[in-house]
Amino acid sequence: MTTETISHDSHDDAHDHHDHKMTGIKRWLFTTNHKDIGSMYLWFSFIMLLTGGAMAMVIRAELFQPGLQIISPDFFNQMTTVHGLIMVFGAIMPAFTGLANWMIPMMIGAPDMALPRLNNWSFWILPFAFTILLSSFFMAGGAPNFGWTFYAPLSTTYSNGSTAFFVFAVHIMGISSIMGAINIVVTIMNMRAPGMTYMKMPLFVWTFFITAYLLVAVMPVLAGVVTMVLTDTYFGTSFFDAAGGGDPVMFQHIFWFFGHPEVYIMILPAFGIVSTTIPAFSRKKLFGYSSMVYATASIAFLSFIVWAHHMFTTGMPLFGELFFMYCTMLIAVPTGVKVFNWVATMWRGAITFETPMLFSIAFVILFTIGGFSGLMLALTPVDFQYHDTYFVVAHFHYVLVTGALFSIYAGVYYWLPKWTGYMFDETLSKAHFWCSLISVNVLFFPMHFLGLAGMPRRIPDYALQFADFNKWVSIGGFAFGLSQLIFLAVVIKCIRGGKQAEAKPWDGAEGLEWTVASPAPYHTFEKPPKVD
Amino acid sequence: MTAPNQTGLDPRVKKTLTRLVLGVFAMFGFGFALVPLYDVFCDITGLNGKTNTQAAQYSVEGVDKERLVTVQFISRMAKGIPWQFEPMVREIKVHPGERKVVKFFAKNEAQRDIIGQAVPSVSPGQAALYFQKIECFCFNHQPLKGQESIEMALQFYVDPELPKDISTLTLSYTLYDITASVGK
Repeated sequence: MTTETISHDSHDDAHDHHDHKMTGIKRWLFTTNHKDIGSMYLWFSFIMLLTGGAMAMVIRAELFQPGLQIISPDFFNQMTTVHGLIMVFGAIMPAFTGLANWMIPMMIGAPDMALPRLNNWSFWILPFAFTILLSSFFMAGGAPNFGWTFYAPLSTTYSNGSTAFFVFAVHIMGISSIMGAINIVVTIMNMRAPGMTYMKMPLFVWTFFITAYLLVAVMPVLAGVVTMVLTDTYFGTSFFDAAGGGDPVMFQHIFWFFGHPEVYIMILPAFGIVSTTIPAFSRKKLFGYSSMVYATASIAFLSFIVWAHHMFTTGMPLFGELFFMYCTMLIAVPTGVKVFNWVATMWRGAITFETPMLFSIAFVILFTIGGFSGLMLALTPVDFQYHDTYFVVAHFHYVLVTGALFSIYAGVYYWLPKWTGYMFDETLSKAHFWCSLISVNVLFFPMHFLGLAGMPRRIPDYALQFADFNKWVSIGGFAFGLSQLIFLAVVIKCIRGGKQAEAKPWDGAEGLEWTVASPAPYHTFEKPPKVD
Repeated sequence: MTAPNQTGLDPRVKKTLTRLVLGVFAMFGFGFALVPLYDVFCDITGLNGKTNTQAAQYSVEGVDKERLVTVQFISRMAKGIPWQFEPMVREIKVHPGERKVVKFFAKNEAQRDIIGQAVPSVSPGQAALYFQKIECFCFNHQPLKGQESIEMALQFYVDPELPKDISTLTLSYTLYDITASVGK
């Protein structure tokens, strides 16, 4: 690969006087620069992570002991609901969009995203969406309490009055992700540097490309279903109201038609990140690049035909149960291809264990645990036992926390020197890793056993025999929550200074982003690089 | 290659953009299209346990005397309807093809007039296609004056084509207060 390095005398500094760069708050409000917008997405998602995390702390405090002690059951429901909404739509998805904004143009040799103004707008409507959602805490009736899955009739007939706020917040979040996704697709399709064919794109770009298509396909369905909930609640329609000829089970079908691709929206980019970091620190090429691309595409395709595995207990014909069970189990094949490829990449590599690599290795192992518990849940006969228990909670937190979130940490540590121009504090970041790794397993691993023993999810109280495990889980939860403050310290310290980072601080790293200076100049690749 | 911050969009970008935006609107429409699609799918498969909403014609040749099917009746009140509503027989055994009449008792325990609507559902869902109602109070609204009571009839038969592995089916009625929506 031959590339041109573009160096600017004046680079990323908030009070710098570049030709079309404003100062102060206006710079951030009006910016169309993909790096600025990427940074805002990342900061926003971290604030949301702490907000949603604080709610998780409230949940774990209540569950520390059996019995009701700290909060009322209704407020507990509000906590679980808003925790889920914030973590899915506020923390994980914007963090991925932030990484995409920062890295995709630099990885494909483009000067910016294809639609920079749309990019600005898709970020700036997000804070409004979450302000609307969170403001419902201060209203009569409180915040949404019907679960992040907002099953009708809980969100319609039995709503506490927060449905309208919830629906509009979700609409805005949806519009934001759709616009972000459109931008990613348009950028990747039209702005690649000359010579960068599709099969030469970094896998990171591939996974975002496919994820963006998933978003374009299913976020509008979510918009549709929240609209139906809105009209059922306030305008007398009967989409989900049996009294008027509707069907509440249909809600679940439409919701999960969105919901299952959504879980891959939150994990495919993670695959892209670790497929970047693992080769870099193993000092080997990614094993089976094209099989990785095809596996990602297969997972995306299969995600559309497995939704009803979330609703085995709603009463389905045997044929339906078998169909959805086998399709779901089929997803283990491309996912297995990926896991084996990562392991094969590490095999006989010259591995070093810098923090991004630690998070990546933890991702591979812990995500696989989450994948296996998913496979258990896919089995219809046993799902009847696991359904709505803490086993499900353990499963999706393994894939979303030790999966998606750990991959985001891997990505942030990997590119942080490129963003700030400084190396981060190695010791502190390793402290973040080890504290997170230990506490996250204390937090989520016992949940498997709680679930198998029959502890139901979303209930503020539990039977006495679950007390010991819940105490451990809560302690793990508080420790995990606190550990994330170490991350904040590492990032702030890294922005303020440290050892100067080279253009390519990781000797095994590959890709166009390492051909520009560290920190990355405000404008990169104004003249496209040539890729051979 | 487009440069950022230009007003005119590259035609290639425009083309991709148009397709994606159309895709978004198509998928939004698809979300709503799922509603009729689901109904059609359920009509064919009986997936959601809904039974016929129009009176069925009794057109069975011969009763299957070899076989007995248990039919159970359940009733429940939706939130906020002050009625008493229950089947007068909890369970009967029928031969497939045989016509049966069962009665349900309803009483409006409030002082005001209320219009009720019973919504039936059969479990297991696959059996819904074979449970045929010839006459049912659920085909109509049930207006009851304050404190009035009524016995309501349901005439049905079980289609002899009922799959062999189903020996019990449960008919559940949920009673809704639809006074407000009918009054409009």
